[in-house]
Amino acid sequence: MKIAVLSGGRTPERDVSLRSGHRVKVALDELGHDAWVVDPGECALVETLTETGPDLCYLALHGKEGEDGTVQRLLDLLGVPYTGTAAFDCEVAFDKVLAKDALSRAAVRTPEWVTIEGWALRDLGAGAALGTAAERVGLPCVVKPSRSGSALGVGFVEREADLAAAVMAALSFSGAVVIERKIVGTEIAVGLIGSPMDPLPCVEIVPKGGVFDYAARYTAGATDYYAPARLADEITAACIAVARDAADALGLRDVTRVDMIVDADGLPWVLEVNVSPGMTETSLLPMAGHAVGMSLANMCDRIVRSETSRRD
Amino acid sequence: MAEFSIDRFVDLYAQRTSGMSASEVRALFAVASRPEVVSLAGGMPYVDAIPQEDVLDAVRQVLGTHGMASLQYGGGQGYAGLRDRLLDLMLAEGVAADAEDVVVTTGAQQALDLVGKIFVNPGDLIAVEAPAYVGALTAFSAYEPRYLQIDLDDDGMMVDQLEEALLRGERPKFVYTCPNFGNPAGVTLSYARREQLVSLCRDASIPIIEDNPYGMLRFEGDPLPCLRTLDPENVIYLGTVSKVFSPGVRVGWALAEQSVVQRLVLAKEAADLCGSSFTMMLTERYFAGDRWRRNLATLVDTYRTRRDTMLEAINEHFPDGAMWTVPAGGFYVWVTLPGWFDTQAMLAAAVERRVAYVPGTAFYPDGRGKDQMRLAFCYPTEERIREGIQRLGSLLEDEEQLYRSLHP
Repeated sequence: MKIAVLSGGRTPERDVSLRSGHRVKVALDELGHDAWVVDPGECALVETLTETGPDLCYLALHGKEGEDGTVQRLLDLLGVPYTGTAAFDCEVAFDKVLAKDALSRAAVRTPEWVTIEGWALRDLGAGAALGTAAERVGLPCVVKPSRSGSALGVGFVEREADLAAAVMAALSFSGAVVIERKIVGTEIAVGLIGSPMDPLPCVEIVPKGGVFDYAARYTAGATDYYAPARLADEITAACIAVARDAADALGLRDVTRVDMIVDADGLPWVLEVNVSPGMTETSLLPMAGHAVGMSLANMCDRIVRSETSRRD
Repeated sequence: MAEFSIDRFVDLYAQRTSGMSASEVRALFAVASRPEVVSLAGGMPYVDAIPQEDVLDAVRQVLGTHGMASLQYGGGQGYAGLRDRLLDLMLAEGVAADAEDVVVTTGAQQALDLVGKIFVNPGDLIAVEAPAYVGALTAFSAYEPRYLQIDLDDDGMMVDQLEEALLRGERPKFVYTCPNFGNPAGVTLSYARREQLVSLCRDASIPIIEDNPYGMLRFEGDPLPCLRTLDPENVIYLGTVSKVFSPGVRVGWALAEQSVVQRLVLAKEAADLCGSSFTMMLTERYFAGDRWRRNLATLVDTYRTRRDTMLEAINEHFPDGAMWTVPAGGFYVWVTLPGWFDTQAMLAAAVERRVAYVPGTAFYPDGRGKDQMRLAFCYPTEERIREGIQRLGSLLEDEEQLYRSLHP
């Protein structure tokens, strides 16, 4: 098959995406496909795809545009099939304000949260309600931009006095923020792959500095990982079940990674889902695959077959 | 059960690399380098002002005169012809020197690294101006020093603070300063303070590292004597052709007394054996004759106009409460905003609006500078500078509104 691997783009996660894309291209070549990398940050995407006429686009873009449904809508318009979740579901999944609501409606456990919109602060005096927000959610809390990846712009707040600054910082990345109760526990990532989606082993994330922020994600040695996670069997099963529920609630397909925290009582709480999980040599999903002897080529094969199975 | 590591050598790395970590700011700069973003961040010299023919001519001369020797290894101290030629550049700033006391380095950046290598043991105290050139801090930090930070004002380093520290019994291994239109603050050390600094350090036998990349880029006023001129024995002088010719040739140098030169040469040979023969010879040819002076005049005119444009635009678009330096040369304007601003957190919003700057925190070893930013006027055209400052001004206004709404 002729496969254009879309990676790069114009987001702060550009470099990570380029690394994912390169690895995916090599894996697809290994599988006998004719694969090449297309970087929408460097070329006119529509023109390039029209000229080269791929049978399929493999989406290895991270962050806004690549994960929020923008590129997916464009590919729908061009009639080019692509891997991963459909445009509308991407839009919901990528936006934490919408995703948390959708999860909650589907009774998927996610930490209590409130949403603050930038324009409500500017025009409606929402700042006066910040104290109420802190009360509702409780401290410590986590402040997240609604639409951003790789923990960019995420702030951890211990004292109410620091909340406003964290909200401002998160608004730098996005028009709205989610203030979320901080669940203390074990960070777990669950990958789901294929059609129907099969779970990969849970990966346990132990950031040495205590928080899995941008630096902890991308600095070698800043975080320890265990795959499979050191969890009791019934808790592992609960994590996988909640990951499946989250994926169903949000209409995710082909591949996803569900990030969660298991609290002291063994209950998993879904933090967020990723429609285009990282595929670099140090990313969580390949790590999980490795734990069961699944190579990156195996994973890419599952993802591509999952897409083509929709055509039959 | 298996434990995975992002990096299988992670337990093997030296302690000195522990400060080297991924950061949001670095990730954002990946976007900031895109053409649609007006970058007021990087200090890229405007090399387009150098006529290509002048460079081609120098290349032809190198190959014609030196032939294949230009592709060969050279001595660790650097091509002797270039060291002679560099004396002309230093003399243009009033620094008299002997070519034997010059070590050519891979940009002045390597000289900073070598200075750290030969002087600093882990835990040693070194004095730096605050804010200081981020590249000097990263070069020194690899040798695990403690920092004594000396604040700057409009007259440069506040030498009284250094004096007080010495009276308290602090003994820094050296004092690092960039006295002419320094990076990042753009301020110039006054004559009185130059004398004060030189005499204080001489009496205390503390060497001064004088970093002078911008001295020849003076837009107005009379040049002040270099620290090296005031005290040739106690000052290690660092120069570079990056700002007056090309950063791509990677030619800088250190001028010091013989005992220091010998150690620098050994350290340099350990690092990379020798500099690039070809670019050293090319640089020597470029600075032969007078064309470099003409080209330099063009560069100075260009940078002056760009500085004026930036200052005018800042004046027009920045909110009340913002303060900025007015550099008499160099590349940078240093902006201080009301204390509640967080320029690091704001950078993502700036990039989203297609403008970039360097957050102030980069220039302090202790995380200060949250409310400050460095703006470079060297590379973008006047039109782009105006556009960038306007975008930044409107962002600052919006941030202020947001802040007020969060603190009703």
